[in-house]
This record gives sequence, structure tokens and C-alpha cells, in this order.
Amino acid sequence: MATNQEEMEQLVEREYKHGFVTDIEEDTLPPGLNEDIVREISRRKEEPEFMLEWRLQAFRQWQEMTEPTWAHVSHPPIDFQSISYYSAPKSPEQLKEEAPESLDEVDPKLLETYERLGIPLHEQEKLAGVAVDAVFDSVSVATTYKDRLAEQGIIFCSFSEAVHDHPELVKRYLGTVVPPADNFFAALNSAVFSDGSFVYIPKGVKCPMELSTYFRINAANTGQFERTLIVAEEGASVSYLEGCTAPMRKENQLHAAVVELVALDDAEIKYSTVQNWYPGNDIGEGGVYNFVTKRGECRGDRSKITWTQVETGSAITWKYPSCVLRGNDSRGEFYSVAVGNNYQQIDSGTKMIHLGKNTHSTIISKGISAGHAENAYRGLVRVEKGAEGARNFTQCDSLLMGDQCGAHTFPYMEVKNPTAKVEHEATTSKVGEDQIFYCQQRGISEEDAVNMIVNGFCKEVFGELPMEFAVEAQALLEISLEGSVG
Amino acid sequence: MSMLSIKDLHAEVDGKPILKGIDLEINPGEVHAIMGPNGSGKSTLSQVLAGREGFEVTRGEVRFGGEDLLDMDIDERALAGLMLAFQYPVEIPGVKNVYLLKAAYNALREKRGEPEVDAFEFLQLVREKLRIMDMDESFLHRGVNEGFSGGEKKRNEILQMLIMEPRLAILDETDSGLDIDALKVVSDGVNSLRAEDRSIVMVTHYQRLLNYIEPDFVHVLSDGRIIKSGDKSLALELEERGYQWVLEEAAA
Ligand SMILES: Nc1ncnc2c1ncn2[C@@H]1O[C@H](COP(=O)(O)OP(=O)(O)O)[C@@H](O)[C@H]1O
Ligand SMILES: [Mg+2]
Repeated sequence: MATNQEEMEQLVEREYKHGFVTDIEEDTLPPGLNEDIVREISRRKEEPEFMLEWRLQAFRQWQEMTEPTWAHVSHPPIDFQSISYYSAPKSPEQLKEEAPESLDEVDPKLLETYERLGIPLHEQEKLAGVAVDAVFDSVSVATTYKDRLAEQGIIFCSFSEAVHDHPELVKRYLGTVVPPADNFFAALNSAVFSDGSFVYIPKGVKCPMELSTYFRINAANTGQFERTLIVAEEGASVSYLEGCTAPMRKENQLHAAVVELVALDDAEIKYSTVQNWYPGNDIGEGGVYNFVTKRGECRGDRSKITWTQVETGSAITWKYPSCVLRGNDSRGEFYSVAVGNNYQQIDSGTKMIHLGKNTHSTIISKGISAGHAENAYRGLVRVEKGAEGARNFTQCDSLLMGDQCGAHTFPYMEVKNPTAKVEHEATTSKVGEDQIFYCQQRGISEEDAVNMIVNGFCKEVFGELPMEFAVEAQALLEISLEGSVG
Repeated sequence: MSMLSIKDLHAEVDGKPILKGIDLEINPGEVHAIMGPNGSGKSTLSQVLAGREGFEVTRGEVRFGGEDLLDMDIDERALAGLMLAFQYPVEIPGVKNVYLLKAAYNALREKRGEPEVDAFEFLQLVREKLRIMDMDESFLHRGVNEGFSGGEKKRNEILQMLIMEPRLAILDETDSGLDIDALKVVSDGVNSLRAEDRSIVMVTHYQRLLNYIEPDFVHVLSDGRIIKSGDKSLALELEERGYQWVLEEAAA
């Protein structure tokens, strides 16, 4: 009974709380990419020699590579020479001179969005790049608890700091899960990555709090290339949250991040993302190209990695958070909600690579398409020869709103061990007029009815998110699907 | 003043006329039964009253509590107190029953200018109604109608009515698919709703339900028109003699 009571209270008390990110203007290198730019990035960041060498090697490999074309997306060719590859926060003095002078200069739709997010106007000013006294939340979070975390030997800092303060750890793990030449965008990232987060949880330590970072793309024509590395040593565990937003701009912005996770014996890493990069406007202009490589390696026995993602943003998403299940009895999980509205294109899914014995993986993917969006699930389950007793369960559900959008499923299975058991279930359904009618007949508005139905569809995934994040995810979903029915 | 006043109501679906001139007056406190063979337009009438899209009213008017019903949105009608227990309640996977109930109840409170319901109070209220409907508390935590048996769905519809306490309750074939025990429970639920300021419209095909919920008036619907009205003895007569004689009488 107590559980019911609690549950009821959660339902009743569910109110929108949005921990939003603040914006900051950037000081930017001129567009273009060559060895000098790579050297300049490294020089500005005062990096040690090994880091520069690593970047240069990645850059040389990238030059030999071509952009992949297999994804179910289309976009005009990206001119990599027209993008700027380095930006750093400007000082408040510099910002004052260049910031828009009033809210009137900001896209009214942006303001409307923030209003809907429940962010008061002075906050909106900050977010829109009008006010100038902003700081990055991620930095303050990191510094606020740094000491407390350090007591337990936990390192949570920016990637740049890690390169300076913990070069031996960076050397040991960087690129061991996603090698620089893994793919075109990973190579690009390796050459020019600006910053990102570094997390290290030492042996036996359970991280006492959720670690979170908000990413935000700022200046126009600037690529964002952050790099995250999380290492959980034997028996360690950590839950990490990543949030993303971007301002609305007419031009497309490129985001090519790399995330590497390493879990040693009995370690557990939970990585949750709520991705809300600007998706472009309702006629398909602007928006972020989100080409991300996220991969975790269950390197140790009995280790576990869980990816949970709620993807509501970006014009194009190309993202396959993956697990390499190397350790025996290791577990990989992927829970995803991917929402496309208007002209968004999503090609997302996961890869589960079973190498160790008795490795188990679970894939729950929920794709929602509205407007003219194209939403593809692409998933690979590979069971290698030595992976005795491997198990996979994949469930892939698509929900369509309207009849102009598309849902596609591309499951790939490569099973080289006969003892493996691989299950795949897929469904496609429409938000039914009869479901909406039913709710409305109970006095619930059409908009609330749609939100309720969509949330119901996503329940299994939202259930994997930490409570506050789940609330945020729900609110984002409501905003991204607004006006898509009726 | 009358609760519901239907005058010369015509409606069509996909250009096909289905309701062909319905006149009906329902006063507060009355229980009306609408009977008729399959396909005569009973569900269509219920859906038109509830405001379902795709059912186009081509003629006539409907007033609910004196107001122009056809001018109101679906949810507006519901919040004004017109509630329909569906013949085929839909499933909404993943949305907990209790969540829908609470959202509906709060919508009603909002309309009345009251604050959202306190979680504890709401749970008390729901428990009380669950008992009346002889439903287990686990129903609250299942998806709306998800995997419910036919009978469970019907109970769930009445449960919602007990919580929403509509002024006008329309029950569309609430008795179909119920065994005797369930029929008894559902009828008890409906009877507990009977009140001076509330009207009930029961749409049914068989007179069975009317043994448990006694109507004040019985109407026979055929081919989109009410062809005969009477008191509850008409229902008994229909059970004995079928519909044919009424149809013939009307044709004559
Ligand atoms: N959505 C619809 N599209 C087309 N015809 C419909 C639709 N709904 C009902 N009808 C038709 O309207 C008539 C009345 O149906 P209905 O109101 O369901 O009757 P009843 O409930 O009395 O059995 C039937 O001929 C049925 O085929
Ligand atoms: Mg019917």
C-alpha cells in the first residue's frame, strides 16, 4: 500500500522543473581545417606533447577518410573548411560589446520555447545570449562537489583539466574504446575536440551522486566536438547525465562528439542523455547535425553499461550508443526514445557486440515520428564465436502521428555462436484518433491526451531515467510534438 | 428545465445518412433506455452526442442544460457533465489507469476553479469506488484497458463515471459481454448514480440490463429514427415479441 501511495504522490506532484543551461558567447578561430589549426587548438589549450601527437595522427587519418553515406538521412554536403574548429568563452567585457542589445533581436520562437519551459524572462535573456553574466552549469557542478568527490578518489573534471592533471589516466584510456580512426566523425573529433568531461571512479567506489553535464552549442558556424571519457574501475559504479541544448539559427551546426566508457570487473556505468539540440524550424531550415560516436566497453567480467537516451532535438541525428561486451557475464542495455517532428531525420540505434561468455544485452527502442520526419532504428547485434550463452532481447516500437512521416527499422544480426539466443520484436502503431477521443471524452484536452498517450508509449524508457531527468524528458517531448496532431 | 433536448437530429458518416431525424427530451432524474436492432444507429447517436469527429450533423439541434451542445468541443461537453461509457473502450498502452482517472478528475476540478486533488484524498476516493465496482486495486496500475477482459473494461467505464459523477450518463451496450455476476455489479454501480439531478441514457440491444436498472422510458430506434416510445413494459414486450412487430407497425 505504501508503494501505491508513493506512486500516487509522484503522479500528482509531477510538476515541471527545468534545470536549464545558461549561454555564453565564444571567441572563435577562423574557419578552416589543416594541421596548423590542429596545432593551434593544442597550443591554446596548452596541451602536453602526447596530446598534440595524438591529434595530429587522428587528423592525418581523417584526411584519408570519406564521409559515410549509408545512413537513412539526406543533407547537402558539409563543407568542413567553412566551419570553425575552436571557440572559447569570451570574457564578460568582450561579450558586452557584441551581444544582441535586447530581447527584440532574438527569434521570438526561441523565447516562446523558453517560456513554455517555465524559464523566467531574465533567464531567457541569458539563454538567448543577451545577458552576459552567465556561466556553464557543468563547470559549477564540477567545482561545487569536486572536493567531496575527491575525498573518495573520484575525478570529475573537464577533459582539458584531465589532460593537465591526470595525463597518465588519459593516456591509458583515451581512444581505447573508440580509436581515432574508428569512423570519419570520430577521427574528426579526435583531431579537433575542444573539451568535454572526464570521470574516473576508483576501485570499489560507488559514486555518491549523479554526475551531470549540460552541453550547449553557442556561436554560429562553429562545430562542437566534445569528448567524454568515463572510467569505472573494479567494483565501481556511476550514473552520468548529459543534457544538450542549442540556440535557433538559420544555418546548420555540426556536432560530432565522442563518448567512451570503460567498465572493469563488476563495475557499472549508467549513461543518460536528454538531447535537445535545435532541430531546425518547421520548414526544415537550420538545426544541428548530430553525428556522435558513443561506445562503452564492458571490459571486465560481470560489468554493466546502460545507455538511456531521449532524443528530441537535432535536424539530423546519427547516433548509435554501443556496448562491447568483452567481459564474461557482462551486461549491455540500451533504452531509447527518439522523437522526430517537422523535417527532422533520425538514424539511430545501437550496437551490441558480444565477445565474452554469458553476455546479455537488452535493447528497447521507441521511435516517434510526426510531421514530415523520418525516423530509422538501426541496430546491430553481433555474437562472436567465443560468446557462449550470449543473449539478446530487442524490442523496437514505432509510433506514427499523421501520415506524412516515416518509420524504418534496420535490425542486423550476426550470430557466430550456435548457443546464442537472439530475439527481436517490432511494432508500428499510430496515435489513434479513438484514443484521443476517449481521453477527451473524460474531459482531458486534446494536447494533454496526446502527451499522455506518447508518454505511455515511452514509459519503459522514461522509467530508466533518474526522476528529474524523466520529468525533463517528458516536458521536452511535449514541446517537440506540439501541434503535431489536430 | 430539460437536461437534454434533441430536435430533428440528422447525422451522416462518410456522406451516408445514419441518423434521420431524432427527437428526444430527457429531464433531470429520468432514466431512458434506447433499444433497437443492430445497425439502427444507437452507437452513432451516442458518439454524435459526445462530439466524435467524422460524424457530421447535417440538421437539427441538441441542447444540453439549455446550452447548444453541438457548439461545444469534446472535452467541453465532458466537463459540462456529459459522459459516455463506450461500447468498445480503447486501450491506451503504458498509460496507467489511475493516471487517466486523476487527469480527468483534475480537469473537472480546474473547470470548477478548484485546486488539484490531494493525492491521499484521491486515493481514498478511488478506493471507495473500486469497492463498489468490485475491482481490485491492481487495476489502477495497469495500462488503461490494456489487456482487460470485456467485462473488466465495462466495469472500468462505470468506475470512471462514479468518479466523474456526470449530469448525463450515456451507457452504450454496457451489458454486452457481461456474465450475470458482473451484470449485477455494473448495475449496482449505475443505480448508485441515480439521482434527482442526474439523467441516465442506456443504449442496449437486449432488455436484460433493464431488469437491473429500471428505466422510466423506453425508445425504439430503427434506421436512424425513434419509431416507438413507451414505459418499461415496452422493453418487456420487445423481449417477448422481438422487434419485428414494432418495425411493421411503424411502416404501416
Ligand atoms: N465509422 C463508420 N463509418 C461508416 N459507417 C458507419 C460507421 N459507424 C457506423 N456506421 C454505420 O452506421 C449504422 C449504424 O451503426 P451503429 O450506430 O453502430 O448502430 P448500433 O449501435 O445501433 O448497432 C450502421 O449501418 C453502420 O454500419
Ligand atoms: Mg452499437
